[in-house]
Amino acid sequence: MKKCRRCSKPATLHITEMREGEVHELHLCETCYQEYLDYSETPEEPPTTDSAPPEIAIELTGDQTLEELDQTACPNCGISFREFRSQGRLGCPHDYTEFENELLPLLENIHGETQHCGKLPTRAADSSRRQYELIRLRKELQLAVAAEDYETAAQLRDTIVSLESDLGLNDNPTPD
Amino acid sequence: MDLDSLIPTSGSWLQGTGPDADIVVSSRIRLARNLARFPFISRADDELRQEIETLLREQVMGLPDAPSFHYLNVADLESIDRQFLVERQLISREHADSSGSRGVAISDEEHVSLMINEEDHLRIQVLQSGLSLDSCWDLIQQIDNQLDETLTFAFNERLGYLTACPTNVGTGIRVSVMLHLPALVLTKEINKAFNALHKINLAVRGLYGEGSQAMGDFYQISNQITLGKSEQQLIDGLKDVIPNIIKYERKVRDELVRKNRRELHDQISRAYGILQTAQTISSEETMQRLSSVRMGINLELIDDLGIPAVNELLIHTQPAHLQKFYNSELEVRERNEARARFLRGRLAERRGEQN
Repeated sequence: MKKCRRCSKPATLHITEMREGEVHELHLCETCYQEYLDYSETPEEPPTTDSAPPEIAIELTGDQTLEELDQTACPNCGISFREFRSQGRLGCPHDYTEFENELLPLLENIHGETQHCGKLPTRAADSSRRQYELIRLRKELQLAVAAEDYETAAQLRDTIVSLESDLGLNDNPTPD
Repeated sequence: MDLDSLIPTSGSWLQGTGPDADIVVSSRIRLARNLARFPFISRADDELRQEIETLLREQVMGLPDAPSFHYLNVADLESIDRQFLVERQLISREHADSSGSRGVAISDEEHVSLMINEEDHLRIQVLQSGLSLDSCWDLIQQIDNQLDETLTFAFNERLGYLTACPTNVGTGIRVSVMLHLPALVLTKEINKAFNALHKINLAVRGLYGEGSQAMGDFYQISNQITLGKSEQQLIDGLKDVIPNIIKYERKVRDELVRKNRRELHDQISRAYGILQTAQTISSEETMQRLSSVRMGINLELIDDLGIPAVNELLIHTQPAHLQKFYNSELEVRERNEARARFLRGRLAERRGEQN
């Protein structure tokens, strides 16, 4: 997916302009699209960034400077964080673990969530299957509460409690 | 597979059947999958890419449905043939333009395609006519499950299926429908519809997906996010909103017919006339005129041509299709003449069939 040409959000609007017989492509997020509409009378500079997309903006969390972070490389595939930022593509599945701290805010920004709750490969362990079941049920519970459907919410809560105790996840262990 | 045998045909997804096929041209779902033990494509050298292609090709061609699959070695194809597959929506532009070992398995009816070594190791696509997301999901889920029995896909408990680009991580699913919205475009109501879609995280694109131009009033609506929701929730997200857009388009069409029937009928008839008589015509103009004619058929202002014929012309008048049909490389000017000749011939034929 392309990034917005004016900021780093994912581009949701893909505009093709015909100007003096030349085709110009523009990829914008919703906010920048509104600005673009407001100013569309003023000519845009021809886009040149499609081959070199704008770099991914990263929120620094720890003490590391961006320079230090950029030097960090995945021991598995060798991609440096700098390379990922400029290409927008990761090098191997392990990068998601290696760069987890930096990627999570980015994923939160893109998807609004950082926990998968869809399909699982069949070989996923039974325990992780149940973990997912819990995640899904908690989400449904949130929705039910938001919709003031308290009957469903109560049922969901019961299911969650019993699943938690099956998994040995009770938050309040009885004291010895 | 002999690509030349495909020239006069078209995929089953263009047959104009299925629910709401007057407005929903097609439904498409794709899944992105990567093998856990290999780096992603951008970090895989020639040798590794070859190994990935060989391995996935064997698995894909060993699927229960494989007897109906044709495997094409995309790296060995001429550029015109790759473009031909892009125009038929069987491979992506990125897959056509990249380099190194890569291939695609395509079903007889062209409703299933499995791209190997695109941005991800495997991209599974199911494409159907009309608003048919549930049947796309049933089929793609079945293929994914069958492959999952023998392959270990890159997967992580927290982030789901791992993909080369973080925008696909989680479910790796892209659910999209291609809509024909001429009345909303004509009345400029379309921006309102698009703004509403963006607010609920749906993306709007042109005919050929990412970064492509919306031509002839055809738009693809798809999910933007892939993580934190289940596949079914993402499919339902589209299924909930598409009927509203269909209703909106129909309402505006009705109003147009009621208020401006004469002007509308005139515009549609002129478009039809141009397509039947032009001596040279660009691909943009062809799309635009075909769009008017398509709406004319739906509004019963044109009664001697069918929707499938128009759907087919949308694909068959594109550059690689024309050049393969006339079996020669054509410059833009020659192509515009060839396109006009093709349209005159095909419309005369199809009108005959309808009567």
